[in-house]
Amino acid sequence: MPVELWLYFILTVMIVGSIACLEIKNILSSIITIGIVGLALSLAFLFLGAPDLALVQFVFEILCVIILIRAFAKRSVKLTALKRDIPETVIAVVILAGIFVLSIFALKELPSFGKPIVSVAERYLTKAGMETGSQNIVTSIILNYRVYDTLGELTVLFTAILGSMTILRKIGRKKRDAK
Amino acid sequence: MQNKYADEGMSLIVKTITRFTVWLIFLYGLYIFIHGHLSPGGGFAGGVIIALSYVHLTLAYGKNFVSERINRSAMHNLEALSAIFYILIGLIGLYIAENFLQNFLGKGTLYHIISAGYIPILNLVICVKVGMGLYLVFYYLASYQVKKTGVN
Amino acid sequence: MILYLMCFFLFLVGLYGAITKRDLIKIILAIGIMGYSVNLFLILIAYRSGALAPILEKGLEFSMVDPLPQALVLTSIVIELGITALLAALAIRIYEKYDTLDITKIRRLKG
Repeated sequence: MPVELWLYFILTVMIVGSIACLEIKNILSSIITIGIVGLALSLAFLFLGAPDLALVQFVFEILCVIILIRAFAKRSVKLTALKRDIPETVIAVVILAGIFVLSIFALKELPSFGKPIVSVAERYLTKAGMETGSQNIVTSIILNYRVYDTLGELTVLFTAILGSMTILRKIGRKKRDAK
Repeated sequence: MQNKYADEGMSLIVKTITRFTVWLIFLYGLYIFIHGHLSPGGGFAGGVIIALSYVHLTLAYGKNFVSERINRSAMHNLEALSAIFYILIGLIGLYIAENFLQNFLGKGTLYHIISAGYIPILNLVICVKVGMGLYLVFYYLASYQVKKTGVN
Repeated sequence: MILYLMCFFLFLVGLYGAITKRDLIKIILAIGIMGYSVNLFLILIAYRSGALAPILEKGLEFSMVDPLPQALVLTSIVIELGITALLAALAIRIYEKYDTLDITKIRRLKG
């Protein structure tokens, strides 16, 4: 079975899963459905020749689902039960359909599936083993050729983690000292 | 193992199984980041797997049991120290080699476990940082008590 | 071409959720779906038919897929989880303050 057929199947599962995730009324089912979408994405990465990404996506998806369940579903937070606003939804669907039709013209210009655009990769593929000594070329890119990129990424991650800790802190430090 | 938080967390079966599986998950995380330059994986995946082993312990035993045994301020310190270490490696590269964050160790032989210069060290730093940070976020999100303030 | 279109459709599903849903949890999940589709699109562009993963093997020569988008997407996945945790923390604080997650009822701007 060629790769394309597998990818059609996986993408169909992802689209149906995301629509279900947005329309289900129960919060626990909604979070579990987005977990299924993420695991399907991990499978797609495996078919596209990216086992690094498949591993990372799999592991991060599990942690994401656990965090969301502990944050919302355990606390008996209720989803807001509202009547659907019909004109608003119709306008949104019409505009998004217009964007989809326009995107056909844009995506037609791309080369067809299976022919990569980027040509800088040839250097990485032929010389990375000799220049960095690393067998895994993806690791040699993120930690040797583009190590500034990883430094910036760690800064962003540090800031996000620090921000969520600051938001969730119970008593401000100044108030606790004053007591 | 007698403890005063015996009725928190999950059932006895889950706790007994957890005692066997948590080390396996931790070892798998170590394996993933040590072999980051040879096989798929690396610091990010290894760090999250190590964080998941702590999460596993927390979910099975309850957060009071875990917070007595795990030093959380040491985790904060480790997370911040690993960020400093990353910069320090860059400065050593600036001192020994020419540029900031340039490889200053020998490349070794390809396909061996001790090779690729400073990539395994950076993997270790990233692994500690990601693992500790994400576990701390999970802990604070899970242990946050919503109190009703009564507005609205 | 059809694969790219399906991937873009997935992005539009996420956008639809983000602009029409009124619940904060659904908006967080919709942002996650948009992130998934962008990551998948970058990897779809990088694929070369018949190629294997970019890991060298001793004494073998074979064609490999483009490794540069993979490195970029690896960065993106990690940041996405940090952003999800930040959004979840914000949503919990909003729920504590207003006792609801409906964005049409969160109107008071003063703390």
